Amino acid sequence: MPPLHHLRPLARRILQSVWLILLLIALNFMLIHLAPGDPVHLLAGQSGDERYFAFIREKFGLDQPLTAQFWKYLLSVTRGDLGYSLAYQQPVLGLVLSRAPATLLLMTTALLISSAGGILLGVEASRRQGSLFDRAVTAFASVSDAIPSFCLGQVALIIFALWLNLFPAQGMISAGREMSGAELWLDVLSHLALPALTLACVQMALLVRLTRTQMAQVLSEEFIAAARARGVGERRIAYRHALRNAMLAIITIIGSEAGMILSGAVLVETVFAWPGLGRMMIDAIALRDYPVLLGLALLVSIGVIVANLITDLAYTMLDPRINPGGGRSIRTAGDSA
Amino acid sequence: MRIWKTISRQVGIAISALRQNRAAAAALAVILLYLGVTIFADVVVLRDPSKTTSATLRPPSREFLFGTDDLGRDVFSGVIHGARASLVIGLSVAVISGLIGSGVGMLSGYAANSAGGWVDDLLMRVTEFFLAPPRFFLALVIAAIFGSSFTNLILIMSLTYWPTTARLIRAETMSLRERDYILAARASGASHARILRRNILPHLAPLIIVGGVVRTGNVIMVEAGLEFLGLGDQSQITWGYLLHNGQPFMRDAWWMVVFPILAISALLVAINVLADELNRLLDPRQPTLSA
Repeated sequence: MPPLHHLRPLARRILQSVWLILLLIALNFMLIHLAPGDPVHLLAGQSGDERYFAFIREKFGLDQPLTAQFWKYLLSVTRGDLGYSLAYQQPVLGLVLSRAPATLLLMTTALLISSAGGILLGVEASRRQGSLFDRAVTAFASVSDAIPSFCLGQVALIIFALWLNLFPAQGMISAGREMSGAELWLDVLSHLALPALTLACVQMALLVRLTRTQMAQVLSEEFIAAARARGVGERRIAYRHALRNAMLAIITIIGSEAGMILSGAVLVETVFAWPGLGRMMIDAIALRDYPVLLGLALLVSIGVIVANLITDLAYTMLDPRINPGGGRSIRTAGDSA
Repeated sequence: MRIWKTISRQVGIAISALRQNRAAAAALAVILLYLGVTIFADVVVLRDPSKTTSATLRPPSREFLFGTDDLGRDVFSGVIHGARASLVIGLSVAVISGLIGSGVGMLSGYAANSAGGWVDDLLMRVTEFFLAPPRFFLALVIAAIFGSSFTNLILIMSLTYWPTTARLIRAETMSLRERDYILAARASGASHARILRRNILPHLAPLIIVGGVVRTGNVIMVEAGLEFLGLGDQSQITWGYLLHNGQPFMRDAWWMVVFPILAISALLVAINVLADELNRLLDPRQPTLSA
């Protein structure tokens, strides 16, 4: 049980996340009412009939003052009611949850590959600064950082799936075959390989650069020289002594990239017809299915805030000097497509 | 004006230093080539990129350098016109969001923890509002709701990009404000407006310039992503639209996507390299990621 003065900043950090989620709901509400045309279309979708619109008007009190409307909206959202998709004939929350596992599988696979690969390449590059290997890694990082994920995905699909026939081009499971157990897993894995590697490649760029810079800094410190003087091996110095110190900054970056990974996943899914949230988003855009769009954006944003919170808490556990409430600015990534 | 003198001097230093740096010079050359193509797009391109013909899905040949798409449109003309759309959007958003972000950031950072602290509080609450959702999804939802015409996209992306700049500039202004020469200027009776303009802004210039370059690349990437998902101005041929359109034809017509991808990638890599080198040149104090 940590002492009380450690819990207070923790509580403040959690309260801050709740505040951010309230802000998101307010933002959604604002968009619904600032949108051109009748707000009922944003709450019900474009393709309903008059009776359904009347029901929605009644439900959200659209004839009442804005404050009352906001209260009703807030209540329904906190109850988990994100609206109903007419296109899919399903509540939005259930729809998103049914599609989320495919996206999560893609994201976590990519995250594992990019973390392991990024840290390994970054450490090895920092051990041989200025060498050909170092320059090749740096060049790779700056190129894959610049290229949009979906462009990389399309090129990978054309080369490895269509020309070389190494992987299936699209989807998650081969159609028209009864499979079970190991066979099914292998099939999913072969479908997963290209989109996951594409996403990992883009993610890796940032991690490689960061790991390399952090490691270069730590490696020039005195305790490393002391370890060398004691006769500790170079590999052990890099991975046991230096990496452990560089790890904190690396973990923060991995956590704060959740928004970016998610945006990337939506785009890469579209390239490979991966049946996750991305596909759903495209349909929602094409059909003007606003409840799905708004609900999905809200859930995705909440997911990112929770991911950032978990990173911060993990950070606190790893480094007790840090006070999780103070100083750190809120920042959600999501810069890259 | 003194600000312009400072900025032009810094740009001068940067350019002369860039000429000695091979990577940066190459990047600058690529960017200038794109700018040239943008300005002279109508001269370079002999065909209308949106004109449909009966020559559908033709592979690259001497007649159609980059082939044709499913409606017989010339991909080469599309790629050239796409460069124009991307650069116009990227640069406009970088400038608009840079101006708003720098203004808000300076004001906020200068007012923080003083009698005008409420200004800072207010402005920072507003940035929190925009920073809460991931930027890509925010831009996507607003574009889907409000329509994604060319002007709308510029406005929407400026709206989602200024808060990050504001935060960055605010932090830097707060640290500049505590320097001795600012206290000296205050003591000698300089007004706040004068201090902001003459003593703080020139020191922020490198940060603003590098930020603008990074943002231009970022905006081009995000905009292409939105277009790729099917948003965007249907009356304009853009790189994102070409990729969206080529997606179902990758098996039969690789040229529909490969050439636009090469075009966008080369530009973005060049912008990235330039930003990295500028960062190193303009501010030797700050550690760069690739240092």
